[in-house]
Amino acid sequence: MDLLYNVFVDPFAQMAALPDFLLQVLWEGFVSGTLYALIALGFVLIFKASGVFNFAQGIMVVFAALSLVGLHALGVPAILALILALAIMGVLAFSVERLVLRHLVNQPDIILFMSTIGLTYFLIGLGELIFGGEPKSMITSELGLPTGSTTFEIFDGILILQHIDIAAAVIAAILVIGLGIFFSRTRIGRALRAVADDHQAALSVGISLNQIWAIVWFAAGIVALATGIMWGARSDVSFALQIVALKALPVLIIGGFTSIPGAIIGGLIIGFGEKIFEVYWGGLLGGGVEGWFAYVIALIFLLFRPQGLFGEKIIERI
Amino acid sequence: MFYREAGQYKTNYIADSAIFPILQDRIAIAGFLAIAFVIIPYFGNDFFINSMMIPFLIFSLAAIGLNILTGYTGQISLGTGAFMGVGAYACYKMTSIFPDVNIMIPIVLSGFFSAGVGMIFGLPSLRIKGFYLIVTTLAAQFFLEWCFIRVAWLYNYNDSGAIEVPQRELLGWIVTGASATPTTRYLVVLSVVVAMTWVASNIIHGRIGRSWMMIRDMDIAAELMGVRPLFAKLSAFAVSSFYCGVAGAMMVFFWLGAAEVESFDVNHSFLILFMVILGGLGSLLGSFLGAAFIWMLPIIIRAVPDIIGLNINAATVEHINFMIIGGLIIFFLIIEPHGLARLWAIAKQKLRVWPFPY
Repeated sequence: MDLLYNVFVDPFAQMAALPDFLLQVLWEGFVSGTLYALIALGFVLIFKASGVFNFAQGIMVVFAALSLVGLHALGVPAILALILALAIMGVLAFSVERLVLRHLVNQPDIILFMSTIGLTYFLIGLGELIFGGEPKSMITSELGLPTGSTTFEIFDGILILQHIDIAAAVIAAILVIGLGIFFSRTRIGRALRAVADDHQAALSVGISLNQIWAIVWFAAGIVALATGIMWGARSDVSFALQIVALKALPVLIIGGFTSIPGAIIGGLIIGFGEKIFEVYWGGLLGGGVEGWFAYVIALIFLLFRPQGLFGEKIIERI
Repeated sequence: MFYREAGQYKTNYIADSAIFPILQDRIAIAGFLAIAFVIIPYFGNDFFINSMMIPFLIFSLAAIGLNILTGYTGQISLGTGAFMGVGAYACYKMTSIFPDVNIMIPIVLSGFFSAGVGMIFGLPSLRIKGFYLIVTTLAAQFFLEWCFIRVAWLYNYNDSGAIEVPQRELLGWIVTGASATPTTRYLVVLSVVVAMTWVASNIIHGRIGRSWMMIRDMDIAAELMGVRPLFAKLSAFAVSSFYCGVAGAMMVFFWLGAAEVESFDVNHSFLILFMVILGGLGSLLGSFLGAAFIWMLPIIIRAVPDIIGLNINAATVEHINFMIIGGLIIFFLIIEPHGLARLWAIAKQKLRVWPFPY
């Protein structure tokens, strides 16, 4: 009986008693959800265009952020460092296409997936070799990002919003809208969608697969850089981020592998769900449930909708 | 010239379905076993046995387990590390609850605990396929890791949160604990691995193994032909987790001596997935080749700068190590996506027709 009370009544009583705290928790959930969504966005871009399940997205985030911080530490001005970091992601996209993907066309999915794990290891080694393994702090103020915080008085309590979090949400929104316009309005965007629909048909009307893949990896690189800056500003730039990036997988499951709005909504569901569960129910289990709760949410979703919220319906034929 | 089956006639069905139908193969296997059981313990030094052979054998066993699931049944799993952990913690609890039981009994029984946990986390596989399954196995990985930290009963409420291996004897020899010699531990591990590989080979070539392969190749077609997906998939999860569990128990009891949750983290799951894919999906030989490659290569790379007299600090070597392994994974996937086992099969075919090209 006590247990039932603790599970079903007490958390809601707490939420009602301290609405300002609930709002704060929801805000935290929103912000981490945005960041998960950004990582998932990189996955979706590449999966849509090439069918490659890009495991290296997490390390690309770390690598992009490290290049930015590392270049700035060498004395390069912040804006120039940003441009150079973008250029590095471009070179990376081009070489991945040229050296890895081009040789693996037509291989089964798991082989392509494995090659991106190989890429992950390579980038971990390269990143640590060049920039060192210790955590670094992001050059937030040099990039012109806000650092302060605003306090609202609400429900007889306070709600603290970090400006960097607001900026993260705004940048995420801009990225999504930008990508949406890019996909639907430009020539390259249309070619990308054609490739996503059917590789062979796209090839037969003269779309260069190689070029499209390089472009889409570069787009994922840009998303990775934005994610890296935002995440780095909230904590530190370190290789631990790569494990956190695995959280993008449940986000993808909920949203469906091929849907950009799905990635956003999935990210928010995971972000909210995980924070609320950790704060209100985590104590019953001894805390630290954030590590696995996201996967459990995804598991429950999968049992009811195996293709995700926005995924295309799976039709199986012999 | 020497490797061909000319003149070796099969006169009954048993000979026809033998795993090694060619005499030269049987001689080679006997030779390898002789080297493993006699020459390595006799001539190998402690470093070679303790840091190369024992982990190689243990990881091979885990790779066989994952290969049963991923290579033979086609279900990708990233929860291997956690399933090994279940075996290790179960074995530890059993040795502390029943201190007088022969040590091999908890080692083997721990596999059953792991199999049970594996079946529970395998249930979603009935509805979920392909990459989606990665998420359910990752859920297993992170949830079990959390259990290993939070459920203090698992490590007997000690302060360090680590499990320490007690000293145990087998037939009068000390086989676990600090005073067991590497050679004894090696021989125990080797015997278990050889026996379990033989069992695995028989399961895979039997009815159950064939139903796994049907599920892998096309699950709907298999279902229409009378293979029950529930039974086939769950049995694959159970057998696979059993092997991983025994491997995990042996890893702690015969190699590490003490372990914390870090020994079973997601990086180990990746490591074993590498072994399986580089070695060759759906090949027992591949599990051994992959384990040898992934485990031995970093040790060799670490030793190279010393041998050629370069003075590079350890961290740099470690980073270069990562780069080389990542690069080699991609390289091998490009030249032979079916793994090292396929390279060996190609070499065998060449040997058969030698000195002619085909």
